[in-house]
Amino acid sequence: MRKAGTLWWLGVFGALFSAGCGSNAKPEAQALTTPVAPVAQLEGKLEVTGSSTVAPVVLEAAKRFEKLHPAVRINVQTGGSSRGVADPQKGIADIGMASRALKEDEAKTVVAHLIALDGICVILHKTNRVENLSDEQVMGIYLGKWTNWKDVGGRDAPITVVNKAEGRSTLELFAHYFKLKTAEIKASVIIGDNEQGIKTVAGNPDAIGYVSIGSAEYAAAQGTNIKLLPMNGIAASVENVRNKTFPLSRPLNLVTLPDPNGLKKAFIDYVQSEQVEDLVKELSFVPVR
Amino acid sequence: MSPSAKDRLLLGVLRGCAALAGLLVVVIAAFLILESVPAFRNVGWTRFFSDPAWHPAPRAEAGQFQMLPMLAGTLAVMAGAVLLATPLGVLSAVFCRYYAPPALGNAYRRLIELLSGIPSVVYGFWGLVTLVPLINQVRPPGASLLAGVLVVAIMILPTVALMADGALAQVPQEYLRAAAALGLSRWTTVRAVVLPAAKYGLFTGVMLETGRAIGETMATLMVCGNIVRFPQSVFDPVRTLTANIALEMAYALGDHRSALFASGLLLLVLIVMLAGAAEWIGGEPARD
Repeated sequence: MRKAGTLWWLGVFGALFSAGCGSNAKPEAQALTTPVAPVAQLEGKLEVTGSSTVAPVVLEAAKRFEKLHPAVRINVQTGGSSRGVADPQKGIADIGMASRALKEDEAKTVVAHLIALDGICVILHKTNRVENLSDEQVMGIYLGKWTNWKDVGGRDAPITVVNKAEGRSTLELFAHYFKLKTAEIKASVIIGDNEQGIKTVAGNPDAIGYVSIGSAEYAAAQGTNIKLLPMNGIAASVENVRNKTFPLSRPLNLVTLPDPNGLKKAFIDYVQSEQVEDLVKELSFVPVR
Repeated sequence: MSPSAKDRLLLGVLRGCAALAGLLVVVIAAFLILESVPAFRNVGWTRFFSDPAWHPAPRAEAGQFQMLPMLAGTLAVMAGAVLLATPLGVLSAVFCRYYAPPALGNAYRRLIELLSGIPSVVYGFWGLVTLVPLINQVRPPGASLLAGVLVVAIMILPTVALMADGALAQVPQEYLRAAAALGLSRWTTVRAVVLPAAKYGLFTGVMLETGRAIGETMATLMVCGNIVRFPQSVFDPVRTLTANIALEMAYALGDHRSALFASGLLLLVLIVMLAGAAEWIGGEPARD
């Protein structure tokens, strides 16, 4: 009942939207088609399901892909990484999305296609004396075991714990790595996106937070008052996420049955190509290349 | 085209516009109710007020859906902002109409109009990078009910100031002349003649600003800290219902998503009650 209602609404908006854009879509599509000429006349429909972390990239990439190939329709739905692996296995979806590597038994039936990497790091205010926190210390701070910076080698001041809102993939990855239950985290401030997290920490000398490495590195390079803490002695940088040495990172994958062909292959190649690299960066993920 | 045909055409167009505007509200309300149904069915409305905390999950059994702290946050930000902005706005309008030289009054009015045109995200951003660090120096974490009240008060100030100015302009000139003839001082005239005569207009202004304070999302999201808890002091962080929707909607699935629509419905009910109260208290026309 609810599903039907939502779909109906999407349909109405979709119709309005495509009616509005219909006139100028054609010439643009032709202009864009030239560089990828070898793909001849793709048509058909793709069902993509899975991780809500990967979905924004795929959704935007799908829009562009549909413009390049007007006869193709790509339907993107979210439902978590487990669904992103299970649905292609069962044949419910053509392509799955998973914000983790495949488990050993999963790898027997499906294959993963890496499209980007996601890494997060702990950030402090630039003036904070603390240069290093062990995993136990970060855990202790987020569980409320230590509430003053002097407990972990800083000045005598209460710690402002900045946490992400429930459901954010950054929170999920952070909690998973530090083995925290999200309901047990004792936060002083809850933020939405990375930018708000960076501004909050930059404006508070005693705050600790965690954000996507891509956006933190960019902000620090722009002179924002934050510093990125290393983890287990490895510096937090996009470079270290890319070469997979940074511990707090994960792959973002598309999942299919072995040897995808035709439209499936064309779309996966497209999502892995340079043409969507700007989308990947915009969402503060790290491109593979 | 004869005048009557033109009239009929105009009437048709006007009816169409009015129907469309009315229909929009009905459609939005219907949509909210439709989307909230799974939450009411699977979670049940009592759990919105009796669960131990707000830890939503896509399946009703796995989550906790306590909304009262966020309702309290919304009401606290609204009440604080309205209490601050109303006297400021009304008194500034009084100054601008009855005390300031006309040139200064006009310039001031332009300034307030400009203030009302600034998007809320700008106020929020200012609050986040300036106000929150300041409050943090007094009492951490800075992101707090107080920050929300101050930012929202500044945001709604132009609304109430402009409405009050308009209401004062409506006070008949004869009243002022009569007051002058009686030899009343300027302040007495304002207090005993102008304000009572303009009270319905002022009241409408207060209602409008209250509605805006309840609905404000971006600014409160940025400066309030967003912790779901009943605030013990003005320095405690709070989460408003609107901020909650903005924070979680993009990632919500299943019953969680539906619960967010239910909180939207709650906001709509709040606004309807507000409008109802305004009608009930201020419904009498001021022309008697």
